[in-house]
Amino acid sequence: MNPFSYERPDNVAGALRGVDGRSVKFIAGGTNLLDLMKEGVERPSRLIDINHLPLGKIEENEDGGLRIGALVRNADAAYDERIKAGYPLLSSAFLAGASPQLRNAASTGGNLLQRTRCYYFYDTATPCNKREPGSGCSAIGGVNRIHAILGASDQCIATHPSDMCVGLAALNAKVRVTGEEGDRVIEFADFHRLPGNTPHIDTTLKAGELITGVDLPGETFDTNFTYLKLRDRLSYAFALVSVAVAMKLDGGKIAEVRVALGGVAHKPWRNTEAEAVLVGQAPEAAAFATFAENVLREAKGQGHNDFKTDLAKRAIMRALRQAAAGTPQSQTHKRVA
Amino acid sequence: MDAITDELRLATDSEHQCFGAGMPLNITVNGKAHDTRVAPWTTLLDFLRENLGLTGTKKGCDHGQCGACTVLVDGRRINSCLTLAVMRDGCKITTVEGLGKPGALHPLQEAFIERDAFQCGYCTPGQLCSAAGLINEGQAKDRDDVRELMSGNICRCGAYTNIADAVMDVLPKGGQS
Repeated sequence: MNPFSYERPDNVAGALRGVDGRSVKFIAGGTNLLDLMKEGVERPSRLIDINHLPLGKIEENEDGGLRIGALVRNADAAYDERIKAGYPLLSSAFLAGASPQLRNAASTGGNLLQRTRCYYFYDTATPCNKREPGSGCSAIGGVNRIHAILGASDQCIATHPSDMCVGLAALNAKVRVTGEEGDRVIEFADFHRLPGNTPHIDTTLKAGELITGVDLPGETFDTNFTYLKLRDRLSYAFALVSVAVAMKLDGGKIAEVRVALGGVAHKPWRNTEAEAVLVGQAPEAAAFATFAENVLREAKGQGHNDFKTDLAKRAIMRALRQAAAGTPQSQTHKRVA
Repeated sequence: MDAITDELRLATDSEHQCFGAGMPLNITVNGKAHDTRVAPWTTLLDFLRENLGLTGTKKGCDHGQCGACTVLVDGRRINSCLTLAVMRDGCKITTVEGLGKPGALHPLQEAFIERDAFQCGYCTPGQLCSAAGLINEGQAKDRDDVRELMSGNICRCGAYTNIADAVMDVLPKGGQS
């Protein structure tokens, strides 16, 4: 790890002072940033420990929703009774991610900002446009089993590794941020970005801005939902494909449905046009298959990850079936129902 | 923990001051209070092993992938390799050395011996601290829960079934401690 100066402010204004977002980094759980610093991928000259800021609570919003403070640990959010009751797919997504030790340390804000697990991004001996803009992409034509099939560019085919974010995408969460220019709220779909020609920029957060929390809208999904995660081992592994479904049924028809995919793109992947087609239909296999085809129509494999296209279609159909039947995937009992 | 000491302000106001003497650190490890200084880039794992000589906590991968470095911070299990010692100022740390002692083993240590829950033993300190954290958390109700909630600890000898047996022996009925 490179040497750095370290400070521990106890208020937000103090934390924002002199932060440019490049050589200065905020640290909360540290579970991703310290790893990247050990690898030499991140080399901050100044670390601002934000763990003493008052952002560690889950509170009720006026619209009946919840505000999860940026410093709420992933484990505390996963086991929060209000989240389990109103947003069980988010609780499930939290519990599908990482390990108990990591969930005890990792923060909500840090989870939003965790960086890709692309092998080449971590390997400073290889070109990577995300780590070193303009140096090239080693994953294209390289080992790319875990890489993106949707929304990738000829500059970068990395995926976003978070489970929490896939759940938040399905819930239409909002990200609250603050900076020297004041507070702002970012719709979840606008928070992470596709790689395009600037894959080194993961999010629409401006330099120096600090995430203060995540808002869950008042609309809850407590009956027809699931979070299905498929990976190379049954626990403690990143998703090859994951699917979050939030659904409402009315009179035997789909009244509302949201499907977010993890492990397939540079950000949690939604296709709201395809979702709109599902609304009004009976929750049956044929409609689910058409939906899956629509979502994966533009999918493009890179060789080793070609299997993800079919895996994603099957995972979507299975997840929709689980949600419609009210039999969500358990993160403990691994049988896929 | 909320108060920022004048000493700490001094150490951070001057950009490179921390490079020399390090940052002040007040930390309690296995019941013993330490008032010391440490370079800010020292992980909690390295602090325990190198500064305090508590080598029971193992540096397996140093990247949060194996769980061998698991310790309890204020009763919660975390990977000590992925946190800085200075981030744990004011905290109470328990390592495997603090769980039990020869002649007065922790019930989990007794159960690991009884169930033959290790072969080489390298992952065992992390397994023990993780299991202690699991019991504190009170979320595990049955063997499937134990398996899932111990998945952050890799055992390359493959003693998993016996580890799960040992944890089940100590897990309070219904999972609540």
